[in-house]
Amino acid sequence: MGGMKYAIASRNHPVYWAFVLHRASGLALAVFVPVHLYTLSLAVREAARFDAFLEWTENPLVKGGEALLVLLLAGHLAGGLRLLALEFLEWRDWQKSIVAITLGIAAACGLLFLMNAP
Amino acid sequence: MSGREPPEPELVVEIWRGRESGEFVPYRVARRENQTVLDVVSHVQRRIDPTLSYRFACRVGMCGSCAMTVNGIPRWTCRTRVDRVAGNGRVRIGPLRNMPVIRDLAVDMAPFFDKWQRATGRFVPSDADNRRTFARVPPGSRERQAADAGIECIGCGVCYAACDVVAWNSDYLGPAALNRVWTLVNDSRDGARREHLAAAAGDAGCHQCHSHQACMSYCPKGLNPTAAIAGLKRETVKSLLRGEL
Ligand code: SF4
Ligand code: SF4
Ligand code: FES
Repeated sequence: MGGMKYAIASRNHPVYWAFVLHRASGLALAVFVPVHLYTLSLAVREAARFDAFLEWTENPLVKGGEALLVLLLAGHLAGGLRLLALEFLEWRDWQKSIVAITLGIAAACGLLFLMNAP
Repeated sequence: MSGREPPEPELVVEIWRGRESGEFVPYRVARRENQTVLDVVSHVQRRIDPTLSYRFACRVGMCGSCAMTVNGIPRWTCRTRVDRVAGNGRVRIGPLRNMPVIRDLAVDMAPFFDKWQRATGRFVPSDADNRRTFARVPPGSRERQAADAGIECIGCGVCYAACDVVAWNSDYLGPAALNRVWTLVNDSRDGARREHLAAAAGDAGCHQCHSHQACMSYCPKGLNPTAAIAGLKRETVKSLLRGEL
């Protein structure tokens, strides 16, 4: 029999999930930022290709993807502020509520983006 | 006894047998009222297989020697009732995570306690020659309250087993040792504040903590090592800015 492969159930608590989301959104943004900068550079160098790209972004699927990115960015930002508050302000016992507030802020930003999307 | 008595309720308990590699072996144990997980393990060792290795001493939640992984969660087994963990009549008991397995349910806690030493988790009297007879410590003072909040640690290793940062970085001092250092940093009778903060600020110290809060979620004494570590993060940064570190 191999090593001790049993589920680590101790990870299943809200603040751990907040950590997982923060890490995942960070990685996703790290992939997105170079793409973002590249397309911006197109606007300067090759206006025609950039316009074609902008047309592509009118596609509802791409719009959904953009909303997801806004959600990730807002979530990562709010999560970072949560950590700074946790570590540099006095301890507060309502940590789970702080995680919920963080998620709420991210969701609100995502919704605002979708509502303002043409 | 009449033949119509219902059969005695049974519990299927799977217990880790072996060292780092091994397997979970199922045993059938009669279910009793107020039975603890430690009662079940003791029953298996006394009645079914005397070669089962495990550790306990006080049986009343004081010594910190009986911690094991119960259905994936580290717990003090002498104070964990089977009713609370065996929803479906099954319990899986393994050794604590993040420590070398000696055999079966017994882990080597030496690395855990060595880290308390590395973290300078021992009291250093500021008044070594005893010239001052009594230290006056107002119980309501901020520092004393911060120290009191972390002082009841029984050294069970539950927090250490729950901590992912320990799993990722085997040098990390861990929640219990850092919690101990935080009590000393807040102890006005301690004379080694700078050493404590320097040890806590090191490569394997408080700044490694990701604030996952697993330690505080599972500490059987209800302590909050995450808050202690956050306190160390603040104090070490303040000392650094003041040029004391
Ligand atoms: S809060 Fe820090 S010490 Fe506690 S479990 Fe998480 S990473 Fe480990
Ligand atoms: S802090 Fe809590 S979980 Fe960690 S060793 Fe002390 S009593 Fe056990
Ligand atoms: S046997 Fe002492 S704490 Fe459980």
